[in-house]
Amino acid sequence: MSLEFRQARYPRHLLMEEHAEERDVKDNPLPDNIARKEAPRIPDVPEYEVARHFTRLSQMNYGVDTGFYPLGSCTMKYNPKFTEMLGKESKATELHPYQPEEGIQGSLQIMYELQKMLAEIGGMAQVTLQPAAGAQGEMTGLMIVHQYHMNNGNERNEVILPDTSHGTNPASAAMLGYKTVEIPSKDGCVDLKALEQAVGEKTAAFMLTNPNTLGLFEEDVKEVADIVHEAGGLLYYDGANLNAIMGKTNPGAMNFDIMHFNLHKTFSTPHGGGGPGAGPVGVTEELRSYLPVPIVEKNHDKYYFDHSLENSIGRVKGFYGNWLVLLKTYAYIKFKGKDGLTEAAERAVLNSNYLRKLLEEHLELPYKSLRKHEFVLSGKKLKDKGLRTMDLAKRLLDHGYHAPTIYFPLIVDEALMIEPTETERKETLDGFAEAFINILNEDPEIVKNAPHNTTVRRVDETKAAKKPILSYSMREK
Amino acid sequence: MVEVPKDLKYTAEHEWVKVKGSEATYGITDYAQEELGDIVYVELPEEGDEVEKGDMIGVVESVKTVSDLFSPISGAIVKVNYDLEDAPELINEEPYDGGWIAVIEYEDEDEIDKLLSEEEYKKEIE
Repeated sequence: MSLEFRQARYPRHLLMEEHAEERDVKDNPLPDNIARKEAPRIPDVPEYEVARHFTRLSQMNYGVDTGFYPLGSCTMKYNPKFTEMLGKESKATELHPYQPEEGIQGSLQIMYELQKMLAEIGGMAQVTLQPAAGAQGEMTGLMIVHQYHMNNGNERNEVILPDTSHGTNPASAAMLGYKTVEIPSKDGCVDLKALEQAVGEKTAAFMLTNPNTLGLFEEDVKEVADIVHEAGGLLYYDGANLNAIMGKTNPGAMNFDIMHFNLHKTFSTPHGGGGPGAGPVGVTEELRSYLPVPIVEKNHDKYYFDHSLENSIGRVKGFYGNWLVLLKTYAYIKFKGKDGLTEAAERAVLNSNYLRKLLEEHLELPYKSLRKHEFVLSGKKLKDKGLRTMDLAKRLLDHGYHAPTIYFPLIVDEALMIEPTETERKETLDGFAEAFINILNEDPEIVKNAPHNTTVRRVDETKAAKKPILSYSMREK
Repeated sequence: MVEVPKDLKYTAEHEWVKVKGSEATYGITDYAQEELGDIVYVELPEEGDEVEKGDMIGVVESVKTVSDLFSPISGAIVKVNYDLEDAPELINEEPYDGGWIAVIEYEDEDEIDKLLSEEEYKKEIE
C-alpha cells in the first residue's frame, strides 16, 4: 500500500459561528444607556474547543515544519528552533527602549556585533539594523541614494533595473518618486550594451541581485559596476539571494555601494505572516554618514547609541529596529560561524544543481545550465497536453509538496522557480523529483483538476482577486 | 487554436488595431489574453492624453501576472472602454469585441502601414 498524502479536513463550524444565538441580554443589571441591546458576537465555547479549533487550523496548513517548501526567490529554509526560543527569553523581551544605556550594555553589545558581522558578510563598511523589513531596507537604501546625489548637487531621477528584478525593486524606487527604467537581459544576465545605453546624467542607481532571479551568477558584475559608477550612479544590491554566496564572495567585493539583508531569508528569522521582520542596510565607507541614526558604537568598553552621523537621512523606524528579530539573526550567525555560513551557501548551491539535474531533461531549462541556489524551468512543453505550469504546481500539493514559485521571473514563459535550500536531505530532493516526473506522465485530466487531497481544492483565484473575503464580518456580508 | 481575425492589424506586443477613418480602436489579442490568464483588473488609459507609439498607457492585471499596456500608435486617446472597470473579464471573453481598450485618433498613416498583418502576426505567435 502506498502512503498517500492527505490533509486534514474541518467538517465543523468556524469558531466565530459557535456563539449562542439566543443569549439573553434583557436581564442586564446595567443602566439602560450603557446596557447592550444585542448579545456580543463572540464564540461561546469551552477552552478545549478553542484549543481544538486552532490545532485543526494548524493541521490544515502547510509550512516548512510540515514538509518540503521549494519556493524560489524566497529562500524558505528551515529555521532552527533555538533561535525562536532565544527570542522569547524574558531577558530579551522585557527590555524597554527608554532604559538607560548603562543598563542594557549586553543588548547593545549584541547589536554592535551584529552590525559588524553583517558588514563583514556583505563586505560593507557599516550597517544599520533599523529597517523593519527587506522592502523598508530597499527604501532606506534608496533614500540614501537620493540624499547622496542631493548633497553632490545632482538631481538624478532615474533608477535602472534589469527585467529579472524582484518586484519590490521598482516598487521601492517608484514609492520614492523615481522614474524606473527597465533594461532587457541577454542570456539571462545584465546586457552590458543595454546598460551602457540606459545610464546617464539622470541615473541615480542601478539595482541588482546577484545571483539573479534565474539563479544565474552575474559574471560581468564588475563591468556593471564600472558602467554605473562611470555615469555617476550608485550600485544597489538586493540581498534576497545572499544565501547562495555567503562566505564565497560579497557585494562589497563586487563593488556595490549599498545593500539590504533579508534576515528572514538567509538568517533564520520568521518568514511571512507580515512580520515582525528586519531588513538591515549596509553601505560603503563613503556613504556611512548617510545611514539612519542611531547606530550602535563602542567607546573603550562602553556601548552607546550614536546619533551624530553628519548626512543622516534620519530615522526610518521607531527606536532601534525589531530587536527580537535581530537577536535571532545574531544567534544564528554565531551558531553557524564563518565556516558554517559558507557551508550553507555551498550546500544550497549543491542541492539546487542536484535537483536541477534530475528535472532538466523533463522540462525545458532556459539559459545556461549551472545555477546557484535556485533554478528556473519553463513549463512551455505542458501546453501540448493542454496543461499549464499552474496545474503542475497544484498537483504537487497532492503529493505533499509545497509548489515552487510560478510565473516568476516574468522573462521565462510558464516559469517554475525552484529553490530547495541547504537544509533539505538528498532523500527529500529525490522524492520531490520523483513526484514531479510522475505528474508529467499522468493523465492530464487528473492534473488539471488538482489538488484532490488537500483541505481546500483548487481555489477560484479570479474571485479571490476581485472579491477577497479577508475577515469573518466580510464573509457574513 | 487562438483567434486572429483577418481584418485587423497587429503589433509584436500582442495588441490589435482596427482602423476606421481617422480613428483606431485597440485592444489585446486572443493570444495575449490566453497567456495572461483570468484578468482581474485593468488600469485604463486617460481620455484626452496625447501618446506616442510605445508609450505605457495602462496596466492589465491577471491572476498570474501584471502587464503594461503600450500604445500601438501615436495620437490622442479619444475614447476609453469604461466597461472594463467593472468587468475586466471582457478581455478574456471577447478580446476583439467587448474587450476593446481605447480608441486613438492617429496622426501618422505610416505607423498604421507598419503594423503587422494577420499573417505576419500569426508567425509571431507560432
